[in-house]
Amino acid sequence: MSGMKSAFSFDGIQIAFTSGQSIMQAVLDGGGYIPHLCYHPQLSVHGSCRLCMVKVGDRYLSACTTEAQNGMQVENQISELRELRLKLLEMLFAEGNHFCPSCELSGNCQLQALAYELGMTHSRFPLQYPTRKRDGSHATVFLDRDRCINCEICVRASRELDGKNVFSLSGRGSDTALQINSEDGRLGSTDLIATDSSARLCPVGALVFKQGNYAERPNERLYDTHIISETGNRRPAVVSGGYPELGE
Amino acid sequence: MRDKTDKLRRIAIEPVTRVEGHGKVTLLLDEEGRVVQARLHIVEFRGFEKFIQGHPYWELPLLVQRLCGICPVSHHLAAAKAIDQIVGVETLSPAALKLRRLLHFGQVLQSHALHFFHLASPDLLFGYDSEISKRNILGVLHKHPQLALQGVKIRKFGQQIIEAISGKRIHGIAAIPGGMNKALAPSVVSTLQTSIREILPWATQALELAKQLCLADRVHFDGFASLPSRYLSLVAPNGALELYDGKLRIRNSDGSSYIDQFDPCAYDQLINEEARDWSYMKFPFLIAEGPEQGWYRVGPLARVNNCDFIPTPKAEQARQEFLALSGDPLVHGTLAYHWARMIEALHCAEAIDLLLQDSELCSDDLQRQGQKSNEGIGVIEAPRGTLFHHYRIDDQDCVETANLIVSTTSNNHAMNESVRLVADAKLSGREITPELLNLVEVAIRAYDPCLSCATHAVGQMPLKIELHDVRQGLLHWLHKDQRGDFVAA
Ligand code: SF4
Ligand code: FES
Repeated sequence: MSGMKSAFSFDGIQIAFTSGQSIMQAVLDGGGYIPHLCYHPQLSVHGSCRLCMVKVGDRYLSACTTEAQNGMQVENQISELRELRLKLLEMLFAEGNHFCPSCELSGNCQLQALAYELGMTHSRFPLQYPTRKRDGSHATVFLDRDRCINCEICVRASRELDGKNVFSLSGRGSDTALQINSEDGRLGSTDLIATDSSARLCPVGALVFKQGNYAERPNERLYDTHIISETGNRRPAVVSGGYPELGE
Repeated sequence: MRDKTDKLRRIAIEPVTRVEGHGKVTLLLDEEGRVVQARLHIVEFRGFEKFIQGHPYWELPLLVQRLCGICPVSHHLAAAKAIDQIVGVETLSPAALKLRRLLHFGQVLQSHALHFFHLASPDLLFGYDSEISKRNILGVLHKHPQLALQGVKIRKFGQQIIEAISGKRIHGIAAIPGGMNKALAPSVVSTLQTSIREILPWATQALELAKQLCLADRVHFDGFASLPSRYLSLVAPNGALELYDGKLRIRNSDGSSYIDQFDPCAYDQLINEEARDWSYMKFPFLIAEGPEQGWYRVGPLARVNNCDFIPTPKAEQARQEFLALSGDPLVHGTLAYHWARMIEALHCAEAIDLLLQDSELCSDDLQRQGQKSNEGIGVIEAPRGTLFHHYRIDDQDCVETANLIVSTTSNNHAMNESVRLVADAKLSGREITPELLNLVEVAIRAYDPCLSCATHAVGQMPLKIELHDVRQGLLHWLHKDQRGDFVAA
């Protein structure tokens, strides 16, 4: 690593950073945690989910897009941020169909884990019950758009890690939806393969595999036994090189 | 049954508060005051077949187990069996099959223990006309503490098995397409082995108690809603009692064979369902006999009546005694469900004991693969009777159509008829008595329908009975609230 070592205060703890690092990168490198959904250490920054909002002075800034500054006072674990994050999560749940009891990612899902972490019990927003198109045309990968939170991780992973261009987001506002870049718009007609990073990094159960599901019993899955602020975001067994290995 | 109802008086028995759905019983009287028709109206499982449409097929075992809080494992496994066919797996690995069987024995044991100790034993121990506030599991605990505690522990043991295999006592994850997800750890098996040694004698005692209570008032036992009927269940290829797999057998009420070793996957050539505008629960019937005559009964009584033998020694001995004491050649009394249920509970305990000695439970050879198809039918014997799950999937691997015939549905006609028999025998004059209301409940409860499970775990099923006359309107009503207090007109 190059650059001058500097530090900022994160909930009263000094976090060292290298110049050019975002608050998010510095905190994760330092073993801390800021809630996030659209950020992934191996990918370019998207800054769309706003879960990573922190308070610097009297301003709310997204930690993944804000460069760390020497001497900054960053607040993370405060009740007003908890309330804002909770609202964002509730909106995400209301916008999709997140039927956790049958979802393959339940117990390993970052959206669900954050909801547990923030103590969400229900959504204060009217449930939308969307009926977006599911895509089961691919031999091994299944897409349920009603569970997609438009984080664009798969979009970026396909372009930046896989050297492909399988996904894109299109539409505006509440009509935004994940599109497949193939002639008929179906996953089965793309060059996506099961080992692609884009097929393995979805933080929720929107992009899942068709085989090998439910390998673990409830109570044995990652977020059944850990809270996400302890472990960080992780999709066990499929994350390589992104987040550090989980030390037991 | 009569169709012309305009000249008849109507009594409605209406659950006032319910945990899920609403139910109501109406009794129809002719001019002589005889009960000519009973209708049990139930809202149940409506919309589930629709709700699961579009979901990927591998989610089915987890989705459909939410149908029921008492026997989710049976739904989980029925769906899993259907999915085995979809993924083209005809034969599971021995380890997966044994784990599934063990899981299901745990389910049936816990459900039967719950039913007998929580729902049935209060009536049987204290009598139907005893003080209603004592007639529940708390009353049993107070009066017969050891017995009640054993009942609670038998149930808990069933739940322990479910939890060990599926991770949770309720709504866990165990069966996956073509197999099971996890083996049992040897340490878990040995803990369960220790527990079963205690459970076996208790299950034997519980059966003995059920038998004694049934036989204590022989006239009542034989006469209460005695309903000669056909019986449908799965049996093993050798005719043995079978809860997880097997082929369909139907016996006529005289014990003769109606059909045997019928492929359950062809169930839709044997059984159809009729919808009636007064109930959300359909009426299954044997196609060849038509909707009026083609009804049949399922559940513990059907299984014990149908099988040639039970493949564990103590339960088999009990089956022989059961038939010798009350079979002619089959047993038709509705209260016999309780006795048959506890014979099965003992069978489950014996079978669990045997399975727990099998080292294959710890084998990691758990999943098979095959050639995909687009249709699967899973049939299993749930605690309350034969359960059918039928799915078709589209080329996107999502559920296109689903058909579920749940056990309680198959007993629909029989429950109505049992209520009618009891009401006809006990109704006198133009007033509904608390005793009548109770007996109607007892008749319904013998079948252990999900209806009573949902409402009757500790307290009493809240009911309202109304007596109507077309000319004079409301004649009389009786209401029993959740605490068992009566309010009359
Ligand atoms: S499919 Fe998953 S990774 Fe892709 S945008 Fe949706 S939620 Fe994000
Ligand atoms: S993680 Fe920063 S905006 Fe999503």
